[in-house]
Amino acid sequence: MVELNVKDKSKNPIGGKIKSALFNNIVPILFIIICSLGFKFSGLPAAYVVNELVARLARNSFVVLALIIPVIAGMGMNFAIVLGAMAGQIAVVAVTHWGIVGVPGLLLIMVLTTPLAIIFGYMTGKLLNKTKGQEMVTSLMLGFFANGLYQLLFLFLIGTIIPMNNPVLVLSGGIGIKNTIDLAGTIKYAMDNMIKWNMFKTMAYGGAFTALCMFAYTGYKTVIEKNKIRLNSKPVITGIIFILISVMGFMSMGKKSPFVIVQVPVGTFVFITALCLFTTFIVKTKLGQQFRTVGQSMHIAEVSGINVNKIRLIAIVISTVLAGWGQIIFLQNLGTLNTYGSHEQVGMFAVASILIGGASVTKASIWHAIIGTLLFHTLFVVSPYAGKNLLGNAMVGEYFRVFVAYGVIGVSLGLHAWKNLVKKKK
Amino acid sequence: MQEKLKLVINKIGIPRAIIISFLILLFVGAFYYDLSIQMLLSDTLVRLGMNGVLVLAMVPSILSGTGLNFGLPLGVICGIIGGLISIEMDLEGFTAISVAMLISVPLSVITGYFYGLLLNKVKGSEMTVATYVGFSVASLMCIGWLFLPFRSPELVFAIAGSGLRQTITLSGRFDKILDQFLAFDVAGVTIPTGSLLFLGLCCFIIGLFLKSRLGIAMKAVGENERFAVASGLSVDRGRIIGTVVSTVLGGIGIIVYAQSYGFFQLYQAPLMMAFPAVAAILIGGASTKNAKISHVLLGTLMFQTLLIVALPVANKMVPEGNLSEVARVIVSYGFILYALTQAGGGE
Repeated sequence: MVELNVKDKSKNPIGGKIKSALFNNIVPILFIIICSLGFKFSGLPAAYVVNELVARLARNSFVVLALIIPVIAGMGMNFAIVLGAMAGQIAVVAVTHWGIVGVPGLLLIMVLTTPLAIIFGYMTGKLLNKTKGQEMVTSLMLGFFANGLYQLLFLFLIGTIIPMNNPVLVLSGGIGIKNTIDLAGTIKYAMDNMIKWNMFKTMAYGGAFTALCMFAYTGYKTVIEKNKIRLNSKPVITGIIFILISVMGFMSMGKKSPFVIVQVPVGTFVFITALCLFTTFIVKTKLGQQFRTVGQSMHIAEVSGINVNKIRLIAIVISTVLAGWGQIIFLQNLGTLNTYGSHEQVGMFAVASILIGGASVTKASIWHAIIGTLLFHTLFVVSPYAGKNLLGNAMVGEYFRVFVAYGVIGVSLGLHAWKNLVKKKK
Repeated sequence: MQEKLKLVINKIGIPRAIIISFLILLFVGAFYYDLSIQMLLSDTLVRLGMNGVLVLAMVPSILSGTGLNFGLPLGVICGIIGGLISIEMDLEGFTAISVAMLISVPLSVITGYFYGLLLNKVKGSEMTVATYVGFSVASLMCIGWLFLPFRSPELVFAIAGSGLRQTITLSGRFDKILDQFLAFDVAGVTIPTGSLLFLGLCCFIIGLFLKSRLGIAMKAVGENERFAVASGLSVDRGRIIGTVVSTVLGGIGIIVYAQSYGFFQLYQAPLMMAFPAVAAILIGGASTKNAKISHVLLGTLMFQTLLIVALPVANKMVPEGNLSEVARVIVSYGFILYALTQAGGGE
């Protein structure tokens, strides 16, 4: 029935297209409306919000991007990225203990996180292969379970079985890691401060560079692969948009504007872009094809000779490693490690973000992740102020965004399950 | 001998065998550290009465085929509202607790009905959806608690004059009213007769319900959907009945829990309420497809004993930190994971 309707709509061209575009993106559109209302009622200056959003996008989008590959492989939202975050935090504690600071410290943390996250991801994958069809609730419970083991490690094994003599990190009794670890002298801003430009400079240079890349790509396609130049092709349009952005940036550079306060951590964004390119690339390889086949139907994949369990395992391992790195980016920006709390909500916030961006349990893309992160964190920034101004209570906004996070996950999972049921009955 | 041991372990299952041996170790530890066994036993019995009804709420949902009821916070919230209304009405003692329960039942029935309708729409993913429905309703109620029109000074924030408190004390209302009803001592062990009797009554009623025509129809739906359809039973109706009964028990369960605990906890507290109950029934031997009342009693007893005995023993072993809390997390979620792997899927 649903598919038939879509086909009917595509018959009357423009109106149907707009309708289906609206229908397909109803969730992000709804949240754009909520966010703009929230922004209006919060009374915050736009420059402040933009600055916050840029910082939060740099801090959080990496973890959200880590969710994409398991979705493609048909495993749904991987709530077990919490385990990746734990791997990252274990590495942070170890490297802080060894006293290696700055960029070398950051690199060492990333190197150390990788094998840990691979092991965790491997075990997660094994477990999820045993609970096919219930991956999401299993990964959620696994997150809670792993949190127990994590606490066991840091509260009781440190100082008893694992010797650690470091009064800065270890509690006064000699057993257990402290609740909060200050990273100010060690890795705080190690990545963010590599290159930091203000907004206009970033727009000018970043826009110019991106446009250049797009045109170079189009040129490569026309000259080497002998494709025809089509002016309405995606890279050309993107290139033109970025030229406009770049020109705007150059024009505003000397002028006085409240937006000058907006600082962009360019290094972090380069790293995030690299991950986006990696994801795009891997989806196009043979492995990516296998992910999609498994995601569409495990049975067909099995018949066509794909080792389903292995492919699922690889998807989860990649996701866990990326989540580990993402948590490191998060922590170097935040500057404090909340030993027993920093990782707990990673899964929920990341999943809520990507769903708000318009992803579903079976479909997720880079744009869902980026737009979702932006919208979710706009809500984060404005909702306490909006709640205070509207209802005289800052807690309302606080509770509201928690409700939104849980609610959007619940509704989206529910809708997905319902659609599946309808499809099965047909 | 070895084969016999294997047979016994097979019968009770490896995870339960681990828990039992862990319990024995804990008791040895308790003797070693010279802890008062009577105290521990009294506490265990109190906790059995305190948590039993909440755990019992899992039985109808599992038997009707909707799996573990991770949406228990819905029932819990109905129960809390019942309790709050009874305090607002300025009632005391047995009247207060009975009115609280009586008010919670219709609320739970309505909530459970709509929740059941929802679960029928998401067959196959009930547990995932239920978890998040529970979470989102509990967090929506966080806003609700701020604005519900309660006036009693016992309930609302003293300074702001509106918005309910985080914890609501029950002393002078129905604090420990069931625990202390007809309570007596046997060899230093205090028996909380009232709450145990109440748990027994609830189990008895559910037992009768499961043997009634309605209950049998519900079980048939849970056991084999196709067979149920073939014999003319409505699958959706059976599942709704299971969900409603489970939600009602959740509401009554939280009131029993609160009278023993001495407080109602609002805001974030109901959020994670389902997990200990789920863990308890799984420890007792239930699976995602099958549960008995004996599983409830055994599971609650084992889980709570574990918590009660682990706390002082762990504190003697490692004075810092909260080892027993960590053990609770590992044991409860470990059991939930184990049950999920047993539920099938896989190859």
